[in-house]
Parts: sequence; C-alpha cells; structure tokens
Amino acid sequence: MALEDSHVRRAAHLARIAVSDDQASGFVEDLSRILDMVDQLQGVDTDGVAPLAHPLDATQRLRADEVTETNQRDTFQRCAPAVENGLYLVPRVVE
Amino acid sequence: MQWETVIGLEVHVQLATHSKIFSGASTAFGAEPNSQACAVDLGLPGVLPVLNEQAVAMAVQFGLAVHADIAEVSVFDRKNYFYPDLPKGYQTSQMYHPIVGPGEVEITLDDDTTHRIRIHHAHLEEDAGKSLHEDFHGMTGIDLNRAGTPLLEIVSEPDMRSAKEAAAYLKAIHSIVTYLGISDGNMAEGSMRCDVNVSVRPKGQEAFGTRAEIKNVNSFRFVERAIAFEVERQIELIEDGGKVVQETRLFDPERDETRSMRTKEEANDYRYFPCPDLLPVVLDQAYLDHLRSQLPELPAEKRERFQQALGLSAYDASVLSASRDMAEYFEEVHRVCGDAKQAANWVQGELSGALNRENLSIANSPVTAGQLGELVQRVLDDTINGKAAKEVFQGLWHGEGTSADAIIEAKGLKQVTDTGAIEAMIDQVIADSPAQVAQYCDAEPEKRGKMIGYFVGQVMKASRGTANPQQVNGLLKEKLDALL
Repeated sequence: MALEDSHVRRAAHLARIAVSDDQASGFVEDLSRILDMVDQLQGVDTDGVAPLAHPLDATQRLRADEVTETNQRDTFQRCAPAVENGLYLVPRVVE
Repeated sequence: MQWETVIGLEVHVQLATHSKIFSGASTAFGAEPNSQACAVDLGLPGVLPVLNEQAVAMAVQFGLAVHADIAEVSVFDRKNYFYPDLPKGYQTSQMYHPIVGPGEVEITLDDDTTHRIRIHHAHLEEDAGKSLHEDFHGMTGIDLNRAGTPLLEIVSEPDMRSAKEAAAYLKAIHSIVTYLGISDGNMAEGSMRCDVNVSVRPKGQEAFGTRAEIKNVNSFRFVERAIAFEVERQIELIEDGGKVVQETRLFDPERDETRSMRTKEEANDYRYFPCPDLLPVVLDQAYLDHLRSQLPELPAEKRERFQQALGLSAYDASVLSASRDMAEYFEEVHRVCGDAKQAANWVQGELSGALNRENLSIANSPVTAGQLGELVQRVLDDTINGKAAKEVFQGLWHGEGTSADAIIEAKGLKQVTDTGAIEAMIDQVIADSPAQVAQYCDAEPEKRGKMIGYFVGQVMKASRGTANPQQVNGLLKEKLDALL
C-alpha cells in the first residue's frame, strides 16, 4: 500500500505529534517500507502453523494479591487538562 | 404459530481479589474517585501489567466447579476500542485461548425439574472505569477506580428456552461463585451483571433465529422481564412480516422495555491480537489438583446430601442450600439440636419470617445458629413446649438473654411434666367448673372429645402455658371419664 503525505499528517494529528513539512516526506518513505514488509509477511503460507502468542519462550510470572499502590491522584491529575471533584473531565460522551 | 425462545447468557462476575488484575491498586468499593487508579490502570507510558495470582486461582476454581476443562495454556489478548473510561485504548481480555473451557451447570426449576446448561467457556479480563454523564459544564466525568478490576466472563451455550430457565441459570452461577467465595455476588453494586442473547424460532425448526443482545442487565428479576419483553417484541415483529435485526439493545427497567443501542452494521471491529506485555499463562496438573482439593461442597452437592442423608424434602433442600450463609446456618442448627427436620422448620419458619420482617440477611441475624440450635434442642427434649419456644425465640431476637436456657430460666417457661403437679392443677380446674363437668358427662360420647378443649385451656392457663399439652390431654380425659 502506498502512503501519501496526507495520511502521515492525519496520523500525526490524531497522535498529537508535531511533524514539520520536512519530516513528513521522510515518514512517508519509512512508514511505506514498514507496510511493504507487512505485505511480504502476508504472502507467507502459514497453513498448519500454530499462532505464536509471544516471541519469548517463557511463561507469565504471577504476583501475590496484595495492595501495593498508594493514592497518588494529585500527582497523576497534574498532567490532566481538566479535573473536578477528583474526576478527570473529558469532552461529553454521547452514546 | 408456536414459537420457541432461545437464550444464551454472558455473565460478568467481579472477582473478590484485594488488588486489581494487573496492578497493586485496591479494588475496594466506594472509595473517593480516582484514589485507587494507579499508573498501570491509567495506561501511562512505560507501565507493564503483572498478573494477579488470586484472579487466576479464582477463575480455575470456577472452572473446576462447573466440571470444565482448564486450559493448560491461556493467552491474554487486546480488545481495542476507543472510550474515555478505557485510558489504554484496549481492554486486556482472552479471546482465543480462554482459561476455562467447556463445562456445564445444573439448574432446578420451581417444578423440581432439572436441566443441564452448557458453558461455552469463561475468560479473565479487566473492567473499565466509570463515565459520569451528569453535567460537568458540558463535559463528562471519568472515575478510573474500577479500571483494572478482575472480571470472569462466563459465556453459556444457547441452551435456555425460557425466561425462567435464564433466571435459574443466573441464580445457579450466583450461588456457585458465592459458595466458592470468588465474588461477593452483589448485583446492586455491579459485582455481577449479564448480557442476554435472545432469539425466537418456529417450534421444531433446527436453525436459530436472528438474535438481539440485551446489555447490562443487573438483577434476577430484570433478566426475566427483559427476556419476556424482547420475546414478545420479536414474535410480533416477525408475525407482522418484519425481520429481527442483529443488534445490541438496552433494558429500561422503568419503562419495562428494551431499546436499540446499535445495529450490527455499526458494530465495532475490536482488532483482537495477543497482548505483547503478557506471556502465556501455563498451569500444571499439580496446581489444578491442589485447587481441586480446596473446593468447598457446592450447592448441587449440598442439596443432594440434604435430601439423601438428612431426609429433607426436595423443596427444603433447595431453599436451604441456595446460599452458603443459609446452608451454613442450617447445618450449625442441625449439628447442635440433632434433628434435621426440626432445624429446617425453624430456619425456614420462625427465623426466615423474622429476618424478612426486618429486611435482614441471615448473616446479620440477631439470633445465632448456636442459640437457635439450643432452643430447638429444648423443644426436642421436652424442656419447653412449642408455644414457649416461640417466646424464647422472641427473647433471643430482642437480646433479652444470651442463650435459650437463660431465657427459659428467667421467664419461668420450663415445661411442667411432673404428673403430680399437673394432676393437682386438673383437680383444681375440675373442682372450679361444676357446670362444664356436668355438661361433659351429659354429652354424647363422640362430642366429648371437643368439649375437653375447654378444660385443657384452663389447665394451660393455670400453668401459665408451661404444662406439657399432651400430658394434660391424657390425664384430663382419664379424670373426666372417671366421673361418668
């Protein structure tokens, strides 16, 4: 799939990442190469191959069921754009 | 046309862990907003989830209780969707390799018939936060305390054929999880909620009809009502020449109806993929065997034992085994008094009546099982009669004494079984009632049986209710008949 300049600008906008005009053309090339690689992967015949859940040959470690976190609400909410009564405020959600 | 209803349930059970499924934040209910949402729950950059061993153990216990296959290897997947109460942008869940495989639950209906409902699978996942849509200057408030709370989602096969069966299934699941102690089962606080899949088909038809999914039904009663409404709606729609569309609907308990939320066309593509932050969970046989050995006696087994070993009726056995609190209370009363039938009568009669009147749960009963057991024992060994026993029960209920014996003593309720004492009271009553005695003697023999009631009443009154009624009856008859 060929990426265009507008795709990159839109993705950058959605991700809230500042991308200059110079950088944008470079990203078009880099991201297109990634997509080419995905195309290449999709060409491989994987019939009869079990899906791989994780590349590491290890199993999940479990933790004891203990409360180890303390209330750090004030710290976390310092980077939130709007808070009130301890709640994070977001643009109104309509179902 | 005759229609058949087909129902499947997805039940979300909040697991009773102290901390969250992937973080060490507390899961306690009712805390200040966002005071229990840590960096992992907030999805801040650079955090990693670590799985709670207790959540895994609880899921496995449930699986063992419903005779399910437990997956040797289970995998967490990311379910991607965008909503502000899901700050990570995905819910960590199990799509392709759930921890609990196929199992089954037995349900009992009011008419004492039993049905097996198959469980398709059960998987572990995290809960999302809560959106508060009250007006915050045109904005929505987000509380992330619930984000990351462990849930077990139990998915049934479409094996239920009526609203009653669905409610019975939900009750059976509730009873299993509370017996296991893996959830408090509090539906009002959202510890258990369910999504209901409903479709109808002409009776005899093999293929399923198109189903609607009713979201977030949170009481046993609402499940029945939501299904009743939805079945009616679908049948009417089809009979009027319409077609059921596959959609998500919401039950509105106030208007007693379901409403469309979104149709399949708008349905989300969740882009599931294995979570790279979590490794496969591998469980070995020794671990499963250990958990199996720790399982408590479950409701179905208890019901069976109450009937077989204790000789209770099917109804008594099912009422007394419905909740773990009720079953444990009953068993303690039985242990102390030694008579299952009497214990069952007192728990379901006097005790349940008093609890209902004051809207108390059996766990908060002012009369302990030990106290009630002792009271029943005193009836069985003839220390008190039935009437006095009710008075003693009231005394215990209102805290007038700490034991049945203390109240019997304090109120002088001890039954008089001394024949000499009862005879003296009878002689007195006969001497005081010449007119009634004359009537008795003149009456037809078959009418005397009824007439003796007056004398029994007088003797019981003279004894302030403490005389043994059977003894009074027998002795009175002897003495009166001697006067004929």
